[in-house]
Amino acid sequence: MTTALSIRDLKKTYANGLVALKGIDLDVEQGDFFALLGPNGAGKSTTIGIITSLINKTAGKVSIFGTDIDADFATAKGFLGLVPQEFNFNGFEPAEEVVANQAGYYGIDRAQAFERAEHYLRQLGLWDKRREIGRNLSGGMKRRLMIARALVHEPKLLILDEPTAGVDIEIRRSMWKFLSEINARGTTIILTTHYLEEAESLCRNIAIINGGAIVEHSSMKQLLAKLQTETFVLDLRAPLMQLPVLPGHRVNLVDEFTLEAEISKERSINALFSDLAANGIEVLSMRNKSNRLEQLFMNLVDGNHFPAKHHETGAPESSA
Amino acid sequence: MTPRQKYVAFKTIVIKEVLRFARIWLQTVLPPMITTALYFVIFGNLIGSQIGDMQGVRYMEYIVPGLIMMAVITNSYANVVSSFYGSKFQRHIEEMLVSPVPNYIILLGFMAGGVARGLTVGVAVTGVALFFSHLQVHNIAVAVSVVVLTSILFSLGGFINGVYAKSFDDISIVPTFILTPLTYLGGVFYSIHMLPSFWQHVSRVNPILYMVNAFRYGFIGVSDISLYVSYGIILAFIAVLFTVALWLLDKGHGIRS
Repeated sequence: MTTALSIRDLKKTYANGLVALKGIDLDVEQGDFFALLGPNGAGKSTTIGIITSLINKTAGKVSIFGTDIDADFATAKGFLGLVPQEFNFNGFEPAEEVVANQAGYYGIDRAQAFERAEHYLRQLGLWDKRREIGRNLSGGMKRRLMIARALVHEPKLLILDEPTAGVDIEIRRSMWKFLSEINARGTTIILTTHYLEEAESLCRNIAIINGGAIVEHSSMKQLLAKLQTETFVLDLRAPLMQLPVLPGHRVNLVDEFTLEAEISKERSINALFSDLAANGIEVLSMRNKSNRLEQLFMNLVDGNHFPAKHHETGAPESSA
Repeated sequence: MTPRQKYVAFKTIVIKEVLRFARIWLQTVLPPMITTALYFVIFGNLIGSQIGDMQGVRYMEYIVPGLIMMAVITNSYANVVSSFYGSKFQRHIEEMLVSPVPNYIILLGFMAGGVARGLTVGVAVTGVALFFSHLQVHNIAVAVSVVVLTSILFSLGGFINGVYAKSFDDISIVPTFILTPLTYLGGVFYSIHMLPSFWQHVSRVNPILYMVNAFRYGFIGVSDISLYVSYGIILAFIAVLFTVALWLLDKGHGIRS
């Protein structure tokens, strides 16, 4: 399989002495939907900035579809589309011109540029707003405008830096659907986001960056498999005044209608339900207390050892 | 990129730049027309009638080329400095930076935008001048080539200013404290032969003097400076400013971290 993005020993030290990247390695395969996660200041935007030429690297190699950016950045940039974190279009230009001009920078004739602008503005539900200047669009529309602009030259690799930040859930879900569709049609996508459920539901592979270093680089399945426990919230039918003894389970009574249960990966959730039923406790509904990826993420970026390592070093899994 | 794609990219930047100043013509094209009309009324008609002839022509006819040139210089410079700084401020310069368009095409595009505004204003001001004077043309090729080259030169100057500018104040410092004084002292309103010998020599350090005089030669066939020297100076400045501007862009000064 072709590698869409290959990064080797990438380093960046800013003029003020800040070491943003300490020599990262990263591979993204063609066709992948890849999550690049990390807390604020971890080095995500610096990495994206270097890939897209907005930031000069200090050392290391970056290749995009086999083209080294040091050897032929123009060709490499032709493969890329970028949706940046912050709005960076001319707020005084009509939406249609923002998109068509971007096509022009890639050498696409003006007539064809406007045809493509129409295509993508229609796909993203912005055609009715094509004559509206950028600054008059809502936040969600601005995000979609930047996606249309990034796609207008039909890039093979689309990089989205927090594309759904600040948009409502309805638009966010429609954007997820749209991104899934273009990924299914063959566009490789790299996504950074602070909505971890977004990364979990969309992405097949993941890298987590923290303090300028990659702390995890694997498939989403492999990563989630490392999660040793999950915490569920159980809503009860009848009020419960006192929690019965439930040997082997770690359960807390949050309020009279709510239980929190931490389920170990080695244990069956059926056992808990059996014990609850045996004590006459009827569960109405159940949900994850937090996103699974979020739990892993917090473990990694807090500097704690990975849950698997807890297990390896003999960290006990006590019961309530 | 193929040469054809580069041409399309260049054309796109030029169209974007022209539409930018055309949309705000009340701020970009109209004010210099009004300002120049006032110059014509006050200096040309009211004061000029007391001055009489200058180098064999009416004072009004003498100052027309200088005033046109002043408008071209100011507007070429202002267009590029404000557009480029604006694109940095709003960060939409990144649209070009992430694309494969080469830096020299970006520079040429902004420069062409500045020339387009400079010439548009130049033509508009010439139109105003026709209401006040009988505009004669001694050598159209010299007039056109000098005004285009001067517009290129100051567009490049505006670009460099835009690269270094870190605030909106920075884009007005050079026009206010350097460009305007140099233009006024560049022989727009007088012949340097009217100055004492010392100040004539000092005036020759001012590059705008060469542009105004060469342009004036194109209209009335009179110049304080040799035409060849003027062309040489203008072309040398263009070469230096283009090289510096491209170097700054390649280095990513003020636009890449």
